[in-house]
Amino acid sequence: MNAAQSEALLSLRGIGKTFGGVRALSDVSIDVFPRQIVGVIGPNGAGKTSLFNVITGAYRASAGEVVLDGRAVTQEPSHRIARAGISRTFQNIRLFAGMTVWEHLIVAQPHRESQLRRLLPIRWADPQTLRRAQEVLEFFELEDVKNRLARSLPYGIQRKVEMARAVTARPKLLLLDEPVAGMNHEEADAIRRLLFRLRDSGLSILLIEHDMSFVMTLCDYLYVLDFGIMIAKGRSEEVRTNPVVLDAYLGRSA
Amino acid sequence: MISVYYAGLLADVGILLLGALSVYIILATGQLSLGNAGFMGIGAYLTSYLTVVVGVPITLALILAAAASGIVGTVVGFPALRLKGIYLAIATLGFGEMVRSFFLNFDTMGGSGGFHGMKHISVGYIWAWAAGILILVVLLERSRVWLEMRAVHDDETAAGLVGLNPTTIKVGAFSFGAAVAAISGGLFAHHHVYIEPGNFGFERSIDFVLAVILGGSTVGPGALVGSFLLVLLPEYLRFLADWRLAAFGVLLIGMLLVRRQGILDRSLFNALAFRRAS
Repeated sequence: MNAAQSEALLSLRGIGKTFGGVRALSDVSIDVFPRQIVGVIGPNGAGKTSLFNVITGAYRASAGEVVLDGRAVTQEPSHRIARAGISRTFQNIRLFAGMTVWEHLIVAQPHRESQLRRLLPIRWADPQTLRRAQEVLEFFELEDVKNRLARSLPYGIQRKVEMARAVTARPKLLLLDEPVAGMNHEEADAIRRLLFRLRDSGLSILLIEHDMSFVMTLCDYLYVLDFGIMIAKGRSEEVRTNPVVLDAYLGRSA
Repeated sequence: MISVYYAGLLADVGILLLGALSVYIILATGQLSLGNAGFMGIGAYLTSYLTVVVGVPITLALILAAAASGIVGTVVGFPALRLKGIYLAIATLGFGEMVRSFFLNFDTMGGSGGFHGMKHISVGYIWAWAAGILILVVLLERSRVWLEMRAVHDDETAAGLVGLNPTTIKVGAFSFGAAVAAISGGLFAHHHVYIEPGNFGFERSIDFVLAVILGGSTVGPGALVGSFLLVLLPEYLRFLADWRLAAFGVLLIGMLLVRRQGILDRSLFNALAFRRAS
């Protein structure tokens, strides 16, 4: 157990979050191991998005610890956590209103270059950044819309752009908040293939999703939240047949 | 040889352009500053003190004043930029008035009586600075830092979550804007060779903002177009005598109704670039 814990890329240890008197999360512990795709499922209001907000530093945890790669990042501001290797997408897509797809892929890259270089025109100073943006652009098949304003694109493509923005930063862990919400089966299949390829390239993924068939065919491991409490965890097939889960989640929604 | 009248107007445009750029730089991160005349005042008084009392050459005096104003901008920026939108606008307005009343009571440099003794500078010198800073800003617009500023402008939370530090970016832009406003002030002082606290009041801060809004607030050259319009339009409307400012106001409202983003904007630039490429 201890050995396994020290290997985990992300460990949430007893996370609690209260808003005023309302308990949104209590004692939630999750491990994500390298090259794993882990899903968090649960009915609406179960605290899934709150959990993401705690991990990324948008909310301060009321209790517990967020440990990334052996380092506690619980009380750090979100930009530090992002630089430490966690990128995320949002349930209600948050793209930069005035930016093209291409600009999204550049701005999200960690700035390794010197301060002076950051002040010079990108085209002269930073071929490495441009190469990385091109690589991600091709990976997500966004070449055709490279110079379009991201917000003007169809919904499904906007989701891909947001995912691409998260990936350009070369994170260790990708957090996806309902990546296929509002997508049809073909689009969801395409996203699934992309996520498998990302995983194979060395990325770990933690995702929230409502689409059960999507989660079951994608995730290596599942955690089930209900009213802010973890009611079950295990491999997809174990969770699918767990009576507690069927009652709390599947029974109610299906 | 341009006439003295046009030379004077041109000098006004150059000085206004720097003021407008100082607002534009801060606005690029989504912050509206209504106090940039305060930084202009700091620049005007500091350069004048340096050239008249200390005997420093004007160019060096301008650079020193810009640096000092940038530091003041950082100090003011940290607390002020915790505020957003209209609250920040009011806070910066308060700062501008504070600076004005400071110089009103600052008897070492004349207080309400003003300060003089500066050597007159040429229109060419003013424009060397104005054009230099404009080119600097246009180049900066193509840099990584500017893209980060636009990210903060569009969505501060999302910017934080992609690893950008919104506080550093906003305070940095505020400080840079303050430095540019100080250069505008130093040039103003050495163009008019006389300054008084009333030169750096609220109306001037509004002029800066107007020039940016009018010319286009998403591209640097917008400030250039806006500054020319703001100085020249009232002159061309002189035939309307006392009604000229009212007519100017009507033009301004009409302009905002027809083209809210200002005369120049990014999509216009992109369209022009496309035509050139094809």
